[in-house]
Amino acid sequence: METSTKTEAIIQVRNLVVAYEERVILDNINLVIPRGETTVILGGSGCGKSTLLRHLIGLHKPESGNILVKGRDITQLGEQELSDILRKVGVVFQSSALFNSISVGDNVALPLREHTRLEESTIQIMTKIKLDMVGLSGYERFMPSELSGGMKKRAAFARAISMDPEILFCDEPSAGLDPIVAAGLDQLILKLKKALKMTIVVVTHEMASMYLIADHIIMLNGGKVIFTGTQEEFKKSQNDRVRQFIERRPEEYSEEEIGRYARALTTDSF
Amino acid sequence: MTENVSQRQGLFVQFFGWIGRLVLELFERVFFIYRLILDSLYWTFAAPLIGKGLRLGSAFDEMVKVGVNAVPIVGLISFSIGMILAMQSAYQLEQFGATIFTANLVAVAQTRELGPLMTAIIVAGRSGSGIAAEIGTMKVGEEIEALQSMGFNPIKFLVVPKLLALAVMVPCLTIISDFIGISGGISIAVFSLDLGFGRYLSATIFALVFKDIITGLIKSVVFAVLVGLTGCYMGFKVEGGAEGVGRRTTQSVVVSIFLIILADAFFTSLFYYLW
Repeated sequence: METSTKTEAIIQVRNLVVAYEERVILDNINLVIPRGETTVILGGSGCGKSTLLRHLIGLHKPESGNILVKGRDITQLGEQELSDILRKVGVVFQSSALFNSISVGDNVALPLREHTRLEESTIQIMTKIKLDMVGLSGYERFMPSELSGGMKKRAAFARAISMDPEILFCDEPSAGLDPIVAAGLDQLILKLKKALKMTIVVVTHEMASMYLIADHIIMLNGGKVIFTGTQEEFKKSQNDRVRQFIERRPEEYSEEEIGRYARALTTDSF
Repeated sequence: MTENVSQRQGLFVQFFGWIGRLVLELFERVFFIYRLILDSLYWTFAAPLIGKGLRLGSAFDEMVKVGVNAVPIVGLISFSIGMILAMQSAYQLEQFGATIFTANLVAVAQTRELGPLMTAIIVAGRSGSGIAAEIGTMKVGEEIEALQSMGFNPIKFLVVPKLLALAVMVPCLTIISDFIGISGGISIAVFSLDLGFGRYLSATIFALVFKDIITGLIKSVVFAVLVGLTGCYMGFKVEGGAEGVGRRTTQSVVVSIFLIILADAFFTSLFYYLW
């Protein structure tokens, strides 16, 4: 918790509970995301990390608890106020989520056209700068369907930073991409942080990418926070689940459990 | 004995649980439709007045897609319907030597009923399904969430332009359909019934009253809104990838046509008994 005392918190989550019907997805989550750093939210599949991200950007309302973004509780805000806060937040979705009916340039320019009163020529220049930044110069006129998976992700980054956000969220940036393209995206995240001085929150389960970009690590397991701290602290952690993640060990079952499972499969009585 | 009772209780609980779930699901749907209609009304009429803007640009784009691009198919079908109407009417009227009344039948049936109905059904098949597929695909691809995360309202961005486009263009298409349908009748009258162009046309104009055309157009606006809302509802309800999109798209057409016929029955009886 050293990091949270050193720097100011830009996001604070207090006693967050999320449940769908009977199933509890996030169970009493408390965490702090420090300003100006790259925070990686780690966790296995189905641990609730994407759900947490969706709540941090106000897409869903939680069962109970508070989410303070720059000191304002977004769970209590009306649509207009939430929209004002979201203008200073960029999100890169797992599937890129580019609008397929408009060109890449229009995708990047859309937030500028809708939220600002800038002149079209200024918007064109800003769009060009953002696309240059992510290494997609000259792709303004391409349609999203004409881009490869990695390029789509880059375009999604360009759109997310078009309003110069204070916070950038990335949901599984390397999902479904080959290691070279994924490594390129890690470099892009590092570059964006250096150039734009943003707070970056990345949700991932890729350890290699985490080691490269993370200043601060939050690990979720079974809907609970099981670790927060720096990389050093993470490597030294004695938490069983954290060790399992670091050492890449599979789930362990006892002989007896495996036997029972096998019997259940082979007998026809359910 | 006790086992029997507890078993029966179990069934009892199961039965009411089932009913409870059905009712909850129904409430949820009704509430969703209620919100959709209310939000659409707000973003169409109230929001532009308090300076929150109306996306007229994309409404015009939609008008081209829903309206202008549908003219050929609406024309083709209306012409055929006009011809069919003329032939079927003449078949009966010939027995009384009153083939000239074909003009009345075609004109009145086309403007009051078949023009608006056929146009709405074509639009439901072309655009209603398109709307459901578009919004559904956007939902599957996280695009709706992307819109929300940028602080945009999906109703303002996606629903309102489509509803506006439909409400403006379906009546326009209906007028085109009326004209072309009557032309279809004329073609049969001239080439096969020996009625003469001028005679048939003057009979048509004599038969039609202003009310026939107006009631048709009022109905067509209602049909347009029904098609649009159904398409949007089905789009937002898509779950589970491409398969979900396909299912909701099909449903949107079936439900749209059902609602169109229902509304048609309602409004026709309203106009028949009250106006």
